[in-house]
Amino acid sequence: MEAAHAHEDSHDHAPPSGIVRYLTTTNHKDIGSMYLWFSFTMFLVGGIMALTIRSELFQPGLQLVRPEFFNTMTTLHGLIMVFGAIMPAFVGFANWQIPLMIGAPDMAFPRMNNWSFWLLPPAGMLLIGSLFAPGGGPGAGWTMYAPLTVQQGMGMDLTIFAIHILGMSSIMGSINIVTTILNMRAPGMTLMKMPLFVWTWLITAYLLIAVMPVLAGAVTMTLTDRHFGTHFFNPAGGGDPVMFQHIFWFFGHPEVYIIAIPAFGVVSQVFPAFARKPLFGYASMVYATSSIAILSFLVWAHHMYTVGMPVEAQLYYMFATMLIAVPTGVKVFNWVATIWKGSLTFETPMLFALGFLFLFTLGGFTGLVLSVVPIDVQLHDTYYVVAHFHYVMVAGALFSAFSGVYFWLPKWIGKMYDEKLGKIHFWTSIIFFNVAFFPQHFLGLAGMPRRIPDYSLQFADFNMVSTIGAFGFGISQVFFLYILLKAIKSGEKAPQNPWDGADTLEWTHLPSPAPYHSFEEAPQVK
Amino acid sequence: MKVSFIKAILTTVLAAVPCFALAAWNMDFQAGSTVLANDIRDLHVIVMIICVVIFIGVFGFMFYAIFKHRKSVGHKASNFHENTTVEIIWTVIPFFILAGMAWPATETLLAMRDTSAPDMTIKATGYQWLWGYEYLDEDIQFYSTLTTPKGQIEGTEKKTENYLLEVDNPVVVPVGKKVRVLTTANDVLHAWYVPALAVKQDAVPGFIRDTWFKAEKTGVFRGQCAELCGKQHGFMPIVVKVVTQEEYDNWVVSQKKKVSNSELSVENIFVAGTD
Repeated sequence: MEAAHAHEDSHDHAPPSGIVRYLTTTNHKDIGSMYLWFSFTMFLVGGIMALTIRSELFQPGLQLVRPEFFNTMTTLHGLIMVFGAIMPAFVGFANWQIPLMIGAPDMAFPRMNNWSFWLLPPAGMLLIGSLFAPGGGPGAGWTMYAPLTVQQGMGMDLTIFAIHILGMSSIMGSINIVTTILNMRAPGMTLMKMPLFVWTWLITAYLLIAVMPVLAGAVTMTLTDRHFGTHFFNPAGGGDPVMFQHIFWFFGHPEVYIIAIPAFGVVSQVFPAFARKPLFGYASMVYATSSIAILSFLVWAHHMYTVGMPVEAQLYYMFATMLIAVPTGVKVFNWVATIWKGSLTFETPMLFALGFLFLFTLGGFTGLVLSVVPIDVQLHDTYYVVAHFHYVMVAGALFSAFSGVYFWLPKWIGKMYDEKLGKIHFWTSIIFFNVAFFPQHFLGLAGMPRRIPDYSLQFADFNMVSTIGAFGFGISQVFFLYILLKAIKSGEKAPQNPWDGADTLEWTHLPSPAPYHSFEEAPQVK
Repeated sequence: MKVSFIKAILTTVLAAVPCFALAAWNMDFQAGSTVLANDIRDLHVIVMIICVVIFIGVFGFMFYAIFKHRKSVGHKASNFHENTTVEIIWTVIPFFILAGMAWPATETLLAMRDTSAPDMTIKATGYQWLWGYEYLDEDIQFYSTLTTPKGQIEGTEKKTENYLLEVDNPVVVPVGKKVRVLTTANDVLHAWYVPALAVKQDAVPGFIRDTWFKAEKTGVFRGQCAELCGKQHGFMPIVVKVVTQEEYDNWVVSQKKKVSNSELSVENIFVAGTD
């Protein structure tokens, strides 16, 4: 095996060294790694912003930042975490894993792949650079509701441009993923034999292609309202501010699943591997994921229950939203049935996957609570919503990403992470996450609005607890960086397949680390 | 009935945990002062009960598997997968649970959105960053701004009880009357939100939206703007003072006098200066 690969490598041009390698690379592994490092960097930047927010909210009163800067922090924290951290992280997984899991030598469009990635750093710089623009960064919230956006300084224009660039990157990345999956599967790998992670990305890529142009349209209209005298969202000129919300959430709701569905994919690989038992209902998982994707286009206005829609519209959106609980339930039941009567071990990837299952389901419950219009009227735009989406995004998507990193790291770098440190990372993350976000449910129930830099005294206690949790969570993630660097520098050598139950192609056919060029000859899948 | 019984049990259980018993750790909605607010709370309890039951079911299986089906206790993996009957059951049952939930939700929603036949109408206009009120039947209008001193916000003075939730001119309404609130805004989006009255309605510039409440008891109810509206978003509270009909009538008279007084304001200043 080793000899064969040495032989293979000798045919290749060695990649150029240093920065040039990364600037010019068309290799899916290099690009995947760059995506992951970029997203981790943005994750830390967004995390610093989150801690700025939490520090200001530690006590009532204005202590650290001015209200306008506070608004900038909430806005950029949201945009950076969604577009800079979570989405690129899963595209990184897609780049590394899809070719390995379907037995393809690389992505279908390697040069476009390079461009997709290299669009991200300029977009990230625009977002962070907007802080230094005259008038400060954007302070209209990550949802960028009109007409507040018209009042913003130049930072808003930089943000709009950043979103255009990020959208282009996502669309190109998605086209690449769809083409790769549909055309480059190894002989014998029918669609219904693909690993579930690949399925989830196929569905996600279609969602991205469908909705990123919608977002681009929304921010372009904002741009022309700001500078070119249009009145899309200006009532004085016959426009409608609420139309922005409809357009934004037509993008925004599928976006939620763009983040969640690849996370479902990762844990659907991890559970069978550590339960040593196949996924309970592969076909029903595929169908459930597809139904979630389709339903996600039909429920957007549940983010807008208080804008004053006709009651018939509210009823429709309430019923449609509740309906999403059915396929989501199918997925949760499937995961539980997968570990049921397995032979479980609890390495770090499994711990994070179980943490995902537990907390994502809690986020699902609060989602169900919020789907009920009368209850949502009380909770809309309060901290309850903040708690809800952090359970889904952080404990859902982020924990799943951690699970995936620990799971595939041996294949990527050929070395093992320190299991003990990984477990510490898991336990500190899950405990501090709950300390930070669980009390926010109570704040929301008691009526604390979100996006306020200062609050009345009744909210003081839980805010203090939440801030303490947030700092603990933040420090845990710096510790994660240490675990990664330690593994890269001095991790033990990883065997080809360190996990008993992992049976996809990257584990069965490739050594660890996966060679720079893999599957030059397609494997035969039975 | 059933709901309040279960609520009583939950409250007792929670109160048994010392830190939860402290008043400051409020873990529920603010005490409602309208029928709708209480309906919403009951609805929330129903949904929470459904969630708790599912939670116990799903995670009962999960934790049982985590403790009993682990390799370290020598459990061997079975190899079962795909079972159409089970899969149909766990698709269909949630569907019926949801339908059961949707029924009371729809009833409450229909009641909530019925703004017909109000006893009085108030127009609330959001400005950056204060509220303007107009009593459409009484020809009264005024602005309502935050009165918390800057020193309390900056930390040079001690914060008082209603920190950030106090205004110069509260909205005054009579108890037991259906009050329709029209919302709109002058500049950007705002939202008129008073938790105890179970009212939250976005105020959209250029458009009029409406909502309503009928306070069951007198008292002062406090809320805040709930839609991000710029830098002072956190500093434009709403205070609604619910009073008896008699007090309300007196207030209306005094407000009207205020309006006519303000027309004589130059003279007032002159008189004040001679004292």
